[in-house]
Amino acid sequence: MTPRRLALLRFRRRPAAVVALVVIALFAGVAVAAPLLAPYDPTATSWSAIRKAPSVAHWMGTDENGRDVLSRVMFGARASLLAGVVSVLIAAGIGVPAGLLAGFTGGWTDAVLSRLVDAMLACPFLILAIALTAFLGPDLTNAMIAIGVSTAPRFMRVARAATLEVAGLDYVQAAWAAGASGWRVAVRHVAPNIVPPLLVQATLALAAAIIAEASLSFLGLGQQPPAPSWGSMLNTAQRFLTQAWWLAVFPGSAIFLCVLSFNLVGDGLRDALDPRGA
Amino acid sequence: MKLGVRLAQMVPTLILVSVLVFLLQQLMPGDPAMVLAGEERGDPRVVAQIRSELWLDRSVPEQYLHWVGNVLQGDFGYSWRTRQKVSDLITQKLPVTAQLATMAFLISLLIGIPTGVMAAVKRNKVWDYIANAIGLAGLSMPTFWLGILLILLFSVRLGWLPPSGYVPLTEDIRQSLVTTIMPAFVLGAANAAVLMRHTRSSMLSALSQDYIRTARAKGLSKPRVLLLHALRNALIPVVTLGALELGALLSGAVLTEQVFSIPGFGKMVVDAVFNRDYPVVQGVVLVTAVLIVTLNLIADILYVLINPRLRRAA
Repeated sequence: MTPRRLALLRFRRRPAAVVALVVIALFAGVAVAAPLLAPYDPTATSWSAIRKAPSVAHWMGTDENGRDVLSRVMFGARASLLAGVVSVLIAAGIGVPAGLLAGFTGGWTDAVLSRLVDAMLACPFLILAIALTAFLGPDLTNAMIAIGVSTAPRFMRVARAATLEVAGLDYVQAAWAAGASGWRVAVRHVAPNIVPPLLVQATLALAAAIIAEASLSFLGLGQQPPAPSWGSMLNTAQRFLTQAWWLAVFPGSAIFLCVLSFNLVGDGLRDALDPRGA
Repeated sequence: MKLGVRLAQMVPTLILVSVLVFLLQQLMPGDPAMVLAGEERGDPRVVAQIRSELWLDRSVPEQYLHWVGNVLQGDFGYSWRTRQKVSDLITQKLPVTAQLATMAFLISLLIGIPTGVMAAVKRNKVWDYIANAIGLAGLSMPTFWLGILLILLFSVRLGWLPPSGYVPLTEDIRQSLVTTIMPAFVLGAANAAVLMRHTRSSMLSALSQDYIRTARAKGLSKPRVLLLHALRNALIPVVTLGALELGALLSGAVLTEQVFSIPGFGKMVVDAVFNRDYPVVQGVVLVTAVLIVTLNLIADILYVLINPRLRRAA
């Protein structure tokens, strides 16, 4: 059996992870098809339906401007998932080549890159992201850049450690002995084999990035109104806690469910891809 | 590891941190001198004067050296908003966050370690599953949402606790605890989940060791074996991790302080971001980074101190 099939089998043996994967697919489907699925326009205000409790017409109630909360939660999935995916791509795009380079060349390059990573990790993740958005200016794109850059050191660490491990293996030594160039060894022989730990890291980073985007939007530094985002919806909800609990409960549940699913899939992938740990 | 070597390793990290924090300023859109000049921005003399006061007319490396020189003397510059010294602002706000973070840390220890031990002892039983599920939920719960939900329950519904505000410890200990218990729990919850997961795995590996079997074979009571033999060894890696997690607590404090309107370090940085008060943002990032580098050092030292094998070697 190929390692991939074996991993798939092991993953399927974890029902929680499989269910979580289905939940993620549902969220992704809702995000993509939001214009078709949402019962109302997420930005359409209605002065006759301000802060109405959940009802048949509005399953999740309406907000302070009479907008439909369900439609906003559906469209909010777009901001959250987009932010998660884009910032993880940015983080991996910076971190993986840097980690591969550091692990592969060693010496001064490694020393400099590793110290840089130490320095970046010394700033708490969210504070670094907040500082970056502060200087870049608050909007969703900059929030994604800030989250991506702040996450990059973690990818670099994982990629570096995996590279060091793989580079010492026999088949890599054999490739060297066969006269392959350094570039060829790095790209053809080492890179494909550091994918499993990176995949686990990416899934867990997605969960962290979604929380980070929600946090930045909650602070007013991410998605700007009136465009919907789970985090900014919770920001408004806070002002109406005594009158409208539904404004706080539904967007928050969406974040929680989405992040929980990514964490479950990440845990499942780790067990499936690393037989020693399972 | 020698303490001297470890201290020496901190130096390049701290220098790089300072360079990164300084470079943040270069990302800023627009000319700081124009912003600071405010309504007088039309007057070239005013702008030129500000520029020379802030060394903005020098080269970037010169600006950096000037800035670092000041920082080393404890001078982080002045807030653009209130004209107060950034160092004064930080010393005012830091104790508030420190109180919150300490309480949160204690709460997370009180929850995380016993549940972790319980989960390991009752491995693959109902207790283990419950503890794991709660742990995973704790990790996936956004801090600010947990805060909002608790306010809904304890302040709006039950009216037991105030939804916001802060009373300093020095003013009234009771009131101070009443105002901070909910935020501290919120802040500590995610940390408790992390500690629980690590205590569980660390405890599981300790329980499979030979010395545990020996202790049991000697006829020692179960609690005695668990607490004196297994837990003592299992906690060694957890202590290090606990110190490292203090960094995450500082991140979480930003959100918690926002939710509960607590005038601490985190609230200050968010307000500074909205006011485009860049020196304050830089000061906060630098101080937190230095704090965390120091905490990492303390974690390393603690690790050596509580681990008998390493203690003898050092």
